[in-house]
Amino acid sequence: MIVQPRRAFWHLELRDLWEYRELLYFLVWRDVKVRYKQTALGVAWAVLQPLMATLIFSIFFGRLARMPSDGVPYPVFAYVAMIPWLYFANALTESSNSLVASQNVIKKVYFPRLVIPLGSVIAGLVDFCFAFVVLIGMMYHYGIAPSRLIFLFPIFLLLAIATALAAGLWLSALNVQFRDVKHTIPFLMQFWMFATPVVYPSSIIPPKWRMWYGLNPMAGVVEGFRWSILGRAGHPGPMIWFSAAAVIVMLAGGYLYFRKMETSFADIV
Amino acid sequence: MSSIAIQSEGLSKRYRLGSSVPYRTLRESLPGLVRGAAKRVRSLGTGDSRSDTFWALRDVSFQVQHGEVIGVIGRNGAGKSTLLKILSRITWPTEGRALIHGRIGSLLEVGTGFHPELTGRENIFLNGAIMGMRKAEIASKFDEIVAFAEVEKFIDTAVKHYSSGMYVRLAFAIAAHLDPEILIVDEVLAVGDLAFQQKCLGKMSEVSREGRTILFVSHNMAVVEKLCERAIVLHQGRTAFQGETNEAIHHYLNTMLAVNNADGHVFDLSGCPNRKSNVARLLKRIELYTDDNLPVLEGIRIGKRLKVKIFFDLPKPSQSFDMGLGFESMFGERIFTAHSLFEPSRPSGEWVGTQVFVCDIPSFTLTPGMYNIRIWLDINHAEADLINQAARVTVLESDYYGTGKAPWNGAIVLKHNWYVEERVGGRAAQ
Repeated sequence: MIVQPRRAFWHLELRDLWEYRELLYFLVWRDVKVRYKQTALGVAWAVLQPLMATLIFSIFFGRLARMPSDGVPYPVFAYVAMIPWLYFANALTESSNSLVASQNVIKKVYFPRLVIPLGSVIAGLVDFCFAFVVLIGMMYHYGIAPSRLIFLFPIFLLLAIATALAAGLWLSALNVQFRDVKHTIPFLMQFWMFATPVVYPSSIIPPKWRMWYGLNPMAGVVEGFRWSILGRAGHPGPMIWFSAAAVIVMLAGGYLYFRKMETSFADIV
Repeated sequence: MSSIAIQSEGLSKRYRLGSSVPYRTLRESLPGLVRGAAKRVRSLGTGDSRSDTFWALRDVSFQVQHGEVIGVIGRNGAGKSTLLKILSRITWPTEGRALIHGRIGSLLEVGTGFHPELTGRENIFLNGAIMGMRKAEIASKFDEIVAFAEVEKFIDTAVKHYSSGMYVRLAFAIAAHLDPEILIVDEVLAVGDLAFQQKCLGKMSEVSREGRTILFVSHNMAVVEKLCERAIVLHQGRTAFQGETNEAIHHYLNTMLAVNNADGHVFDLSGCPNRKSNVARLLKRIELYTDDNLPVLEGIRIGKRLKVKIFFDLPKPSQSFDMGLGFESMFGERIFTAHSLFEPSRPSGEWVGTQVFVCDIPSFTLTPGMYNIRIWLDINHAEADLINQAARVTVLESDYYGTGKAPWNGAIVLKHNWYVEERVGGRAAQ
């Protein structure tokens, strides 16, 4: 093995990441185990969060503001969007903070730093699963049969994971140097949520803008969820492709930025 | 596998000054970015002469053979930790490179990545994975680790409920079972109580006997002396000396420190406050030396030579005069008295003018610590000049007994042996 000044950052060194796959597994496992330790409600939080949000939105947007919901009962309409959204929001918040939270380890032990934000993003999936089970119960309650295209939803979940990871890579690396990031995230998430069709359908956006709207990858994710699971809303169209392209660009950029900053993590964190 | 474990070629690490307190907010850093860019443009022609950087490590080259135990010594800030961090890949070198043959494991701090909410069992796996062990490997060593740490009963208790002793034991146990080909150790022995430190030390010796390569950083010269065959002395980021351990320690204590402390061995007595001069201020100066007439700067190691050179005046001829030295602990307790009365061939009589006496103690065997020296001059058996706390000497740890364990208790160190003369009842049944 050679220790030397960092080779150009386009050496991806993904093999190194593969070597440390067990560490990734343990980090995810730790995050999952620890998340609801010493909470009274425990894992119920994974379900309560999206349910409460859905309840509030159903009252304000569904009842009072009479928001259109593509012919689906508003609570289901909101909840099906809420679960990928909350997954994304939590995964992003956790991963942005992950490097700073692990600074002790970063300063003492070598391993590919990438496993830290990656672990945070993956750990969030457990909550997603619990929330998803509730979605099934909810659809049963409202008598909505799942769409025949439901097998496609993992693709959109993958898109959500990639988006969370892409943003997480950027923000976690930035956070090492600028602790401003921590304070920015709550605003960013609020803003981002309203830029995403969680409480409203993307059909209220004029069709000629809808494609560009897809540049927010989460718009593609949320509409993709509604389309593949509920089936009633129309095909989200080219928006999806824009979202996928946006994610790829964000992820590649985030990875390169992360790699570039990685050399200084231990020195400045 | 080649016989070289580590080959370092001109390793250097540059830090930007203040990078330990980096730009933390965007608002502060934006002007900095602009200035930095401007500066970079300006410095294009002048090469790399930026004044706001410093080299924590500069051009450090050395070789470590497989199975060697190498000590790295130097003052704080000499670059020891930076070197270890680079070798264990925590940080990147700015220049140079190191070739490392074999799996490297670092004990820069034990217990990194422990999660308080997880149980001992869970933390063993988590910590092991962080240190680079495979799951199967951890599982196979699990029982051994638990036994070494002596936490069997509490293995399924969250470590936040552990006593600090249990916590450290568990952490060290995991690290000790890492089994790397090259082990990098930094001051781990500074944690835990004495008994635990001894246990760590035992483990280190065991590892080194197994023929594994160890790179060891410590301030504890006794341990370095015991464990290491060779040592590297770092000074201000550069290699000041490398070679046989004893020479390296000697170099470290007596030559290199001279750079910052050139007159540490000289005590000018003219301004001493605690003084009783019945005749006059006759005592002028004390100088401390050790073997080969090297000045005592940082201190002397247990059992080394201490030469106290005393400069004083004799105003007029007298029948006799005597000199006394009292070595006192920091608590004011007299440990040892040296007096020229005890010297059979002591000079006396018709001497006048400036005199230089030497009190030569071939083996100064006090326990490590600081000692004040009280000095007095008697003329015709009457006290002429006396100074309390005239000088100070520090005794440093050393491997006096040849066991790697530095004496720490009591006031003095004496060579002694233990043996069994008679055993009543005999050995327990096998």
